[in-house]
Amino acid sequence: MPNATPSTLQSEPSEPISGDAVPPVMPESSELTAGHITIIEARKGLQLFDWKELVAYRDLFRFLIWRQIKVRYAQSSIGFGWAIIQPLFSMILFTVIFGRLAQIDSDGAPFALFSLAALLPWTYFSNAINDGVASLVGEANMLRKVYFPRLLLPLSAVAAKLVDFAIAAGLMAILMLIYLWMPPITILLLPLVMILMVASAAAISIWLTALAVQYRDVKHAMTFVVQLAMYASPVVYPTSLIPEQFRLLYALNPMVGVIEGFRSGLLGTQPMPWDLLAVGTLSTTVMLLTGLAFFRNKEKIFADVA
Amino acid sequence: MSSPVISVEHLSKAYRIGLKEEIPDTLMGAMKNVITAPWKNFKALRRLNTSTDSPLPTPQSPIPASPLPNPQSLLPNPSSPDTLWALRDVSFEINQGDVVGIIGRNGAGKSTLLKVLSRITEPTSGRVVIRGRVSSLLEVGTGFHPELTGRENVYMNGTILGMRKKEIDRKFEEIVEFSGVEKFLDTPTKRYSSGMQVRLAFAVAAHLEPEILIVDEVLAVGDSEFQKKCIGKMQDVANGGRTVLFVSHNMAAIEALCSSSIELSGGRIAATGETHSVLSHYRKRALKNVMGQNEDRFSHAKYIKKGELFDQEGSKTNTIPLGTTFHLAIRIHIASPLDNPHISLGIDTIAGERMLSLSMPPSNQCELKKEETIEISCQVDEFPLSPGEYNLKIALLNRGRLIEVVEPVVPFTVVDAELFGGGQGFTCGRCVANATWASSVLREN
Repeated sequence: MPNATPSTLQSEPSEPISGDAVPPVMPESSELTAGHITIIEARKGLQLFDWKELVAYRDLFRFLIWRQIKVRYAQSSIGFGWAIIQPLFSMILFTVIFGRLAQIDSDGAPFALFSLAALLPWTYFSNAINDGVASLVGEANMLRKVYFPRLLLPLSAVAAKLVDFAIAAGLMAILMLIYLWMPPITILLLPLVMILMVASAAAISIWLTALAVQYRDVKHAMTFVVQLAMYASPVVYPTSLIPEQFRLLYALNPMVGVIEGFRSGLLGTQPMPWDLLAVGTLSTTVMLLTGLAFFRNKEKIFADVA
Repeated sequence: MSSPVISVEHLSKAYRIGLKEEIPDTLMGAMKNVITAPWKNFKALRRLNTSTDSPLPTPQSPIPASPLPNPQSLLPNPSSPDTLWALRDVSFEINQGDVVGIIGRNGAGKSTLLKVLSRITEPTSGRVVIRGRVSSLLEVGTGFHPELTGRENVYMNGTILGMRKKEIDRKFEEIVEFSGVEKFLDTPTKRYSSGMQVRLAFAVAAHLEPEILIVDEVLAVGDSEFQKKCIGKMQDVANGGRTVLFVSHNMAAIEALCSSSIELSGGRIAATGETHSVLSHYRKRALKNVMGQNEDRFSHAKYIKKGELFDQEGSKTNTIPLGTTFHLAIRIHIASPLDNPHISLGIDTIAGERMLSLSMPPSNQCELKKEETIEISCQVDEFPLSPGEYNLKIALLNRGRLIEVVEPVVPFTVVDAELFGGGQGFTCGRCVANATWASSVLREN
């Protein structure tokens, strides 16, 4: 397969998308307009993303996030309450089945806290990738009608879910108050773990949404793959159940490090799992970089095949 | 000399189109299909990505500069019959401040060209250099979400079109005033009437301040009031010295707005230059096309064998200047004797609306009673229809019963002209009349 394929867009903006740069009256010559030159052609080259352009479109990014948040719970009576219901009921179910009936070890913490500490990042992760993967196909009409950095769609979907995450975090705080469970000092490290959580959701969304434009199979697979992935992550059981020699392999799933990181930061039952986090960061970085390259490569056909 | 704001060099764009699937006709075949289908589907989907298996002409091996290179040299994969070239070696330049119309039949590549220029889709080969900030309106209201309020949608739509938030802040009042939906700004747009949605969306688009504006047939929506507003706004943009690219099927709008035009046909440039000459070229080609159909219709008819239009000077034509002579010659072959024959003409717009009926008076009927071929001529001295495209319907009746009808035939265009010495008649409505005017000064005593 010849690789003379990628047609890339090159922008050399001096004043990218700033309205202030537009002179009120156009000059006779093209002196002023020469500042912004766009070259459209079929070109080779591997480029991850156009940072300048993303910055130029930052207002659109904000409005896309705002739109997702606003629209999600429009015309629903519980509204943002839904962000609590999902982890709350999963927690109750898990506590009864896995905590009481199956008597799974919870590293010494109450099973409710143990499972909610995992459900907090997991619910975010699964919802974010569901939305992120659906983002391009869902906005196919927009893709066909106007140009903007397409990467904004999956990124804004992933970012918008942070609102739900914040609400669910409130639930966690309340539950910890009820159990009078004091978080350890390592709670201060949680923002780092959250960065990994968001980055891994973004990486997977970027990969799969670009695939889903062309292959709708991705959409059909998502529901059950996410289900299965939950059991491949330590949501209802502790990582300590996994044999020592397989743990690093297991941690290639970035959510392993994230979930154990949350448990460590919130409950303090285990030390911060730096090894798991490191492996997860590595796999996330690889996925993110390859995902961006893949997305960039596929970007040019989105409007044609969506 | 200043360089052109848009220069397009040998632009080509190929699409894959789906081929018809093979349908198995045996049970075994069907079962085999179930098993092999996923793999076949996968291959088909993969091929949607036109460029993966297409060796592209690179800048190092440029496409021949001749206006019409060998098509084979451009085909990425000549063996694939499902490749459609939406654009083929298109080159042109547009200068600062030009207002350029792009015309062509459906499927000529107009929209693809606009999509490439607005970076929605990328060319298969060739190159475009654009100097300046581009705004493209291929649709009004892109990004509008029905659950968001009017206010939120203004910001949403504005930022998608490339405006910054503070820019929208500054123009917000103006946008709202232009749209005329002040009262409903905080109502979700799903509760708007469709007209209100379009007005709001257009108001946002109208307040873009691009250096280059690319407009697709957005004017096709909305009532005539709205269309007038759109044209007016585009005129403003054009008068402001900005560059406008405008695709439309509305020839009158193209004629009114654009100084120069490009005609696309089958993905290639068919004509380019002054709007006037491009349009007449386009009309001639369109005419040639329908002329074929025309002859077809007449040759299939049993009685009505011919219909031709002539102008004032008596030469064959298909365009009539407004308010001048319409002269139709019809040839009829009477195959079997008719005892009470009658000829009737209907003149319809392209949309099929009857504009005029002409009926032959009984005094001419005797000629038609014999088994002969006869020529009938029908002349209207001051043809009363306003500029536009029309079709004819010719009907032969006997004793009030329809014997034969041919339609639509003899398509013609009424073009704008000095009207009865009273100036251009473009805004004259649907028909015109030559009136006698009189005036006298009224004096007391």
